[in-house]
Amino acid sequence: MKKPRRLFKGTESLLASLASILAGLLFGFVLLLIFNPAKAGDGFLNILLTGVRSTARLGKVFYTAAPLVMTGLAVGFAFKTGLFNIGATGQFTVGGTLALFGAIAWQLPWYLCLLLAILGGAVWGSIPGLCKALFNVNEVITSIMFNWIALFTVNLAINNTTVMLASSWGDVSRERTASLAKANLDAILPKLGLDKLMRYNGMNIAIFIAVLVALVMWFVLQRTTFGYELKAVGANRHASRYAGISDGRSIIQSMIIAGALAGLGGGLYYLSGTVQFTLGKELVAMGFNGIPVALLGASHPIGIIFSALFISYIQVGGDAMQPEFAREMIDIIIASIIYLSAFSLLMRELIRRAKLKRGMAQEEATVKGADGAGEGGATA
Amino acid sequence: MMILADILSATVLFAVPLLLVALGGMFSERSGVINIALEGIMIVGALMSCLALSFMDQSGFGPANPQWAMLLAILVAGAAGMVYSLLLAFASIHLKADQTIGGTALNMLAPAFAVVLTWSIQGQGNTTIFIPTWTRITAQAAGAADTGSFLVRLVFKSLYLTTPIALVLLLLSALILYRTRLGLRLRSCGEHPQAAGSVGINVYRMRYIGVVFSGFLGGIGGLAFTVAAGSGFQSTVAGYGFLALAVMIFGNWKPLNIFLASLLFAFFKILGSYSGSLPFLPQFKGVASSEYIYLMLPYVVTMIVLILSSKKSRAPKAEGIPYDKGRR
Repeated sequence: MKKPRRLFKGTESLLASLASILAGLLFGFVLLLIFNPAKAGDGFLNILLTGVRSTARLGKVFYTAAPLVMTGLAVGFAFKTGLFNIGATGQFTVGGTLALFGAIAWQLPWYLCLLLAILGGAVWGSIPGLCKALFNVNEVITSIMFNWIALFTVNLAINNTTVMLASSWGDVSRERTASLAKANLDAILPKLGLDKLMRYNGMNIAIFIAVLVALVMWFVLQRTTFGYELKAVGANRHASRYAGISDGRSIIQSMIIAGALAGLGGGLYYLSGTVQFTLGKELVAMGFNGIPVALLGASHPIGIIFSALFISYIQVGGDAMQPEFAREMIDIIIASIIYLSAFSLLMRELIRRAKLKRGMAQEEATVKGADGAGEGGATA
Repeated sequence: MMILADILSATVLFAVPLLLVALGGMFSERSGVINIALEGIMIVGALMSCLALSFMDQSGFGPANPQWAMLLAILVAGAAGMVYSLLLAFASIHLKADQTIGGTALNMLAPAFAVVLTWSIQGQGNTTIFIPTWTRITAQAAGAADTGSFLVRLVFKSLYLTTPIALVLLLLSALILYRTRLGLRLRSCGEHPQAAGSVGINVYRMRYIGVVFSGFLGGIGGLAFTVAAGSGFQSTVAGYGFLALAVMIFGNWKPLNIFLASLLFAFFKILGSYSGSLPFLPQFKGVASSEYIYLMLPYVVTMIVLILSSKKSRAPKAEGIPYDKGRR
């Protein structure tokens, strides 16, 4: 009796997500029709198919998905533990920059640079955690403040380390960091020949690292006492304290891990060798994109892998839509999918309630009332 | 002396959007709904009002009646924000969805929608909607006699209709929140909605009102930001919606404190851009691009003040929790 119901719950939440994706895409198609009816069909096919039209495009999907998985995990992990980590951008930036410092200024190999990225993100993530645990300052506000502080600190640090700038390595630009191809080949993530295989220069092992980390996160959350404690604090801080869990410590630990995840994302992104950090006064979008990734993946580590791949996939499609349509059309589609997932939550709830009622009626009929009530209490 | 006038007037100019949007957030959260979507609401308000302004500019109505046109634009901004905020209200009040989900979706939707719409109206690649110059209230237009004095400089250096309107809205907000039946009911829904519901208050309606107020103020805040930024509307409000959220928490969900918090934040923000011309500020000679130190300043100051004042900080108790009649 128990097993099939569990299974139902899982597939049904997947179905709900798929339904909102479908509805969101449909909405996107309608928008394309409104803005340019003649090109709408081609544009929509571009969104759907570009990612698999060539191995290079598929490589790009993996390439963008890797940091998205990480920032998605950074947001999702914090969500699971009851915190809204809107600071993934700052953690991503600090982690990525520290990795670049390791690569360019200190000439370290890629794995040490990734460790630096994790460290940088963890330190930056720990600040909102500490502020919340010690001073009871809302983590949302601290994260927002430290996003900007991260951006300006990083700009300051790079500008004051001449060797970091592209201009020190034979390029003209003083606005970006040195290209790793010129500064330190050992710091570029191994490609294992995948770049040749897929004919895409940015393809490397980043996506495998990201998936591995997601699996580890799933294990930590689902199968360890530590993960259980973090989730318990997230579900009810006061009840957990009553049960003997140190809520302050859990909050700090959770934010350190979330920060480390985002920081690693920054490392994976900037050590690909195909991007350079551009100095400027705008926050990096990659960190904010972790929020929709986490929401679409229902904060579940495995779900986040797929939602990052999906979002990256339609973004690659969006690039191919230009210039007939603005690529921002993709953001509209993603936003409407997430908005619609709010509806799907409701749908799921209704179905679950109906199921529960029917189940309880059945069980009462077969005089198994106690079991049914217990189940109802656990899932409510 | 003149530089002091410049700094103060720029401070007010940048404090106005923060003030308006943070007041909006206050109404929403006091009614029990966390409004992460302020950034998106600002963008929609700015988009619609800037389109209205450029339309009025072309039709000739604007240059002929500049301040009437501006007032109209402000109303457009508020109305657009209200309509947009209804999307958040519907998801988080009616559907009882997680309030950050709806808010995040709306934040993502607004700038993308703005780019797509601007492209289709102005042609591809033209992503800026310029603000007509007649929107500024000049000393001549206001009939000030001595245009060289300190006071005139202070008031008219960068005065837009949004500033006096923001002050009126601040007073109105405080009055509504503390001196009307509506305000009392609104606050009760953010503290203990079940208790409010038990004495016959319609919690759903109160929360709708709270969110729609925040849409109105947030939309106008978007226009106020765009006139302050000065370079026209470029489908972004540069994170001001989130900053306003911080200002609201900093201001402890109270109108007057929010007013002071927005002034403090704006002052430190402006100080940075004048750091070169103020001899008494440290210049950090040995440091390359030291402007970043000043750019960081408002955020660092806010953090310090927050940590020092954290003991007194008190969020509405029921914010973020969907209203469930059956719970106690």
